[in-house]
Amino acid sequence: MNKEILISVDHVSRYFGDNCAVNDVSFSVRRGEVLGFLGPNGAGKSTTMLMICGVLSANAGQITVAGYDMFESPKAAKKNIGFLPEHPPLYQDLNVDEYLCYTARLRGITKAEIKKAVEYSKQRCGLTDTGKRLIKNLSKGFQQRVGIAQAIIHSPAVVILDEPTSGLDPNQILEIRELISELGNDHSVILSTHILPEVQSVCDRVLIIHQGKLVLDEPLDKLQQDDHIRPIKIALRQPPPLEVLGEIEGITNIEQIGNHHFKIYCQPDIKTLNRITKMSVESDWEIYEMIPERDSLEETFVQLTRGESQPLSNENPDEAGEGSE
Amino acid sequence: MNTIFHIATHELRRLFKSPLAWILFAVVQFLLAIFFLLILSKYMDPAAASLFANYGVTAFVVVGLLQIAGIILLLITPFVTMNTFSEERQSGCIKLLLSSPISVTELVLGKYLGVICYLFLLLSLIALMPLSLLMGTELDLLQLLSGIIGLILLASSFAAIGLFVSSLTSLPAVAAISTFGILFVLWIMNMAGSTGSELFSEILTYASLLKHYHNLLDGIFNSADVIYYLLVSTLFIVLSIWRLDSERLL
Repeated sequence: MNKEILISVDHVSRYFGDNCAVNDVSFSVRRGEVLGFLGPNGAGKSTTMLMICGVLSANAGQITVAGYDMFESPKAAKKNIGFLPEHPPLYQDLNVDEYLCYTARLRGITKAEIKKAVEYSKQRCGLTDTGKRLIKNLSKGFQQRVGIAQAIIHSPAVVILDEPTSGLDPNQILEIRELISELGNDHSVILSTHILPEVQSVCDRVLIIHQGKLVLDEPLDKLQQDDHIRPIKIALRQPPPLEVLGEIEGITNIEQIGNHHFKIYCQPDIKTLNRITKMSVESDWEIYEMIPERDSLEETFVQLTRGESQPLSNENPDEAGEGSE
Repeated sequence: MNTIFHIATHELRRLFKSPLAWILFAVVQFLLAIFFLLILSKYMDPAAASLFANYGVTAFVVVGLLQIAGIILLLITPFVTMNTFSEERQSGCIKLLLSSPISVTELVLGKYLGVICYLFLLLSLIALMPLSLLMGTELDLLQLLSGIIGLILLASSFAAIGLFVSSLTSLPAVAAISTFGILFVLWIMNMAGSTGSELFSEILTYASLLKHYHNLLDGIFNSADVIYYLLVSTLFIVLSIWRLDSERLL
């Protein structure tokens, strides 16, 4: 896991007037890592991404991409970036081929290699049959794909995608997720999204930003280790009295939420759950549902972004950022 | 250099993909053709011949036509330049450009070059009209050349001003109307001078876009006039570069 660091964001802050959109954020991304970037609306996700891409400049701090400082050598740094903003930057009057050729040239691909690059990225994004169609006539999902195609056309070291799956149908979402995991093999990917399962399926690491501050930076597998109590909903056709259930070993608390439905809080080890099912079979409770109320990522997200947040770098916790975009 | 060229061709292609560029061609040709016909028929009118006894065909017809071409250019350049940056900003494509490995200077020069190429095409169509007189009469070709150079310089400075205004706003219509306002003021500035003191009047007249154009139309090729237009163009190109550069800080 000790591959080279491709993006490093070092104590970066950004103000819009008096409004602090990003407050002292630091993190780094290594080659081959897919980073999920989460946060509520207006938390500063897009601003951070724009700063990494050099569209906005930071008021304080340093951003390095593939070893080049974004401020001192922006051209070299930007050569290594493929960026898909929230709204794909498309020229409606061009067709897909013309558009991709232009973006390839902007990224400094030589004339001899343009055709190959365009074909390759079209093939990766499932656009092989749409080359001659005008972008304005494409559906939202295809426009989104064109947006992704332009971001990867120059095989950059770093791909930054701002909500890449918005507006896509479920099949396309799956394809794009596959594409992102594929990209994660040899590029670094930063992915911002509101869809938590998406993060779980493709990301290696999760960042959560809230009110301009970084509140979580953890590998995904560590987050998914169930180390805290979380509610599980169970449904029994022939439920016993509440007390009987409450006495099962491992259950810390129990609530009845319907005639057949209970919410149990237990240590999330599989033994307790086994015990419940076993007892249900033995005593004919006829268990027919057992659903974790929330998964751990969602739980963490809600916990961290519901106001009373603790900043990750707890140097000055009382100075909680009040800014948003 | 290569990048500037790519951006310029892209700008030109985008212009011609929209009907606007073609409509502008058609409207300019149509309007100028009407004026051409009117001026020519007036010149040919035997009843009025004594009035123009001192004028040659170049001084009357060609200069008259180019003068009107200048005014029409003032009316249409805002529509050519309004989309350069406003549209990029509105569609979000400005993010693509700013995150690409190109400098703001290359971007602005590329866009400017694209607009200039379009205006040159337009001017070459305009130049065909007086040249058609060669079929029936002789022309003072050098005076025509000086007039065309004047028109080119005028177009370059209009384009630079339009480009700058377009970099200020994300609404093409706002860019167009503001550009028009600025160009118009610069055009008629010398008129405001007539009420003030002599020095005031001289400064305003000198700063006016119109005055220098008239010199060139009359066949007086003064390097001061050429430098004036080049300065105006450079000034507004530099301002656009500054403006876009500072955008990252906003």
